[in-house]
Amino acid sequence: MADAKVIPFDDDRSRGSAVQRPQRRRSAGNRRKSGESALVREVQPLPGRAFAQDDVPVTREEQPPQQPQDHGGLERRIASGLAFLRRRLTGDYEVDDFGYDEELTDQVLMSLLRPVYENYFRVEVKGVENIPSEGGALIVANHSGTLPLDGLMMQVAVHDHHPAGRHLRLLAADLVFMLPVVNELARKLGHTLACAEDAERLLGQGELVGVMPEGFKGIGKPFSERYKLQRFGRGGFVSTALRKGTPIIPCSIVGAEEIYPMIGNAKTLARLLGFPYFPLTPTFPWLGPLGGIPLPTKWTIQFGEPIPTDGYPPEAAEDPMLMFNLTDQVREQIQHTLYKLLVQRRSVFF
Amino acid sequence: MGKVVLVTGVARQLGGRFVRRIQRDPEVDRVVAVDAVPPEHHLGGADFIQADIRQPTIARVLAESGADTVVHMDVTGTALGSGSRTTVKETNVIGTMQLLGACQKSPTVKRLVVKSSTNVYGSAPRDPAVFTETTPPKSLPSGGFAKDAVEVEGYVRGFARRRPDVAVCVLRFANILGPTADTPLASYFSLPVLPTVFGYDPRLQFVHEDDVIEVLRVGSHEPERGTLNSGTFNIAGDGVLLLSQCSRRLGRPTVPLLLPAVTWAGSLVRTLGMSDFSPEQIRLLTHGRVVSTDQMRETLGFKPKYTTAETFADFAKSRGPGLLPPEALAGAVDRIAALPALGGGHLPTQSAN
Repeated sequence: MADAKVIPFDDDRSRGSAVQRPQRRRSAGNRRKSGESALVREVQPLPGRAFAQDDVPVTREEQPPQQPQDHGGLERRIASGLAFLRRRLTGDYEVDDFGYDEELTDQVLMSLLRPVYENYFRVEVKGVENIPSEGGALIVANHSGTLPLDGLMMQVAVHDHHPAGRHLRLLAADLVFMLPVVNELARKLGHTLACAEDAERLLGQGELVGVMPEGFKGIGKPFSERYKLQRFGRGGFVSTALRKGTPIIPCSIVGAEEIYPMIGNAKTLARLLGFPYFPLTPTFPWLGPLGGIPLPTKWTIQFGEPIPTDGYPPEAAEDPMLMFNLTDQVREQIQHTLYKLLVQRRSVFF
Repeated sequence: MGKVVLVTGVARQLGGRFVRRIQRDPEVDRVVAVDAVPPEHHLGGADFIQADIRQPTIARVLAESGADTVVHMDVTGTALGSGSRTTVKETNVIGTMQLLGACQKSPTVKRLVVKSSTNVYGSAPRDPAVFTETTPPKSLPSGGFAKDAVEVEGYVRGFARRRPDVAVCVLRFANILGPTADTPLASYFSLPVLPTVFGYDPRLQFVHEDDVIEVLRVGSHEPERGTLNSGTFNIAGDGVLLLSQCSRRLGRPTVPLLLPAVTWAGSLVRTLGMSDFSPEQIRLLTHGRVVSTDQMRETLGFKPKYTTAETFADFAKSRGPGLLPPEALAGAVDRIAALPALGGGHLPTQSAN
């Protein structure tokens, strides 16, 4: 844990390191303290989230009026909260073919994720202008952190920061859709199974689709391999984007690797439970549910320059050579941006 | 000279309605209605012939009637009256084999319409969110009506290969609902309290009875200009409803149960013979199923009159209010909104996830 922020490529890029090192050492001293205090301080978000799954609307519809606002605003909020409640109770709302419940996502689920996004991980978003304001696009990101919080944070980032208010539709592993409760929430958040059919359908509808091609290899990699991109599957995302002619937007997420430092993997237990891995972190499972609280790292999400795919002939999607080249290009770009962001990062937690 | 249409499975409400409807079409001369039991409803001016399609007599019926169009509607999930699951399976599979054998020998048959079901896609978490006609199912249905439908479609494909001169139209219907529908899902939605699987909110699609009749007509006539009515088509209303939405719109509360408990209870109920709550039904109510209807719109040229939500509304109207009518809930919320002091009156949110 002590070498959490030591990244080998920092050595050969000596510029700036002289300035940064003292700062880091200081932060390393502080870290343990701040980490512990954060553990105590931040106990609320997780139970809050679990609790709120069952009784969504009002806990948060009532919160905003607590802030001192003019009386008319408060009444309007209560009225809209009640109108929302009325629609939910009578089932008078729409979901799309994928089960995406836009209203619930916007009004409830995003508001539950936002405190985690803004106050806990303090996500900094860069390059959001690289996401087109209309039409299909495929965002390809690195995957890390044992639990797929990075996907959710990326969704909040796009939702809250994109000027056109676009919604990110994430592609998730089949495990997500096998687990009770998780699958229900994932569908309502607009996620769908990571398969070519669903991705093509969403891109064809002009949606913004997010995919993490590393899959379980990325999210379940040991802490010692942090920020080393794994193989990008079979590059299926490239052929999907090629078939639809939608741009690929590489996205690099820094900070998610350290939220649950996976120092071990209980493979037998994982096989028994049917999971691809069973993480052992410094706190999980030793501290029980407390070990489920992620470390409060500071995140940066950078959306890179779009890679156009519309200039290729239709048969390009069947060309394995082109596929590998494009996959590598996307992968290189994400890896390069990751390194750049890591060098710029002052410390893991600030 | 006009058409002679032979319809199987007319003892059911849907078959009876189709027989009555297709007689009114000007190009139809004669309708021969076939079923193993006499129908309780009237069949208009159609000739009813009591014949079991599991027996070779169906070949004689077909030859004597000289039918040029065969509409096979006797592929169903539930028994009529007091039949057992074995009888249903035999009627579905053996009946289809006999009927297809008869069609193959008949020189007059020019058109075959088969009522199938989207059950053939199964329902699994690893399936794509939306099935097209060509999506292979990830997990083939292991038994029950879904397996029957898969087998029926297999025989129909074989028939289409052997008789390329016959236009074959397979219509895969989503869950059929409507005021008179007697499908397993309709009886499920008629329960006062709906048992659901905890942690799952399946996406469901419905098709209205009226649209079923209409699309069967489209399939049994000559295709309109620019359309093609032979092939396999998914038939469903536009849009999707979640089971939670359905229960709220019906005003019937749900009881979430753990999946193993539901499976166990389902097999218990089946063993006791109380209802045909089949494993497929449980899987549908766990993972849901949505099909793409692009082929229906573009190739078949059929536009359903009812969306999924409208179908469900029509069904809900025919079933009467449940324990928690949506109007009452809406009224309660309105009353809270009308309160001058908005205090702790927010308890009803407990169920609003």
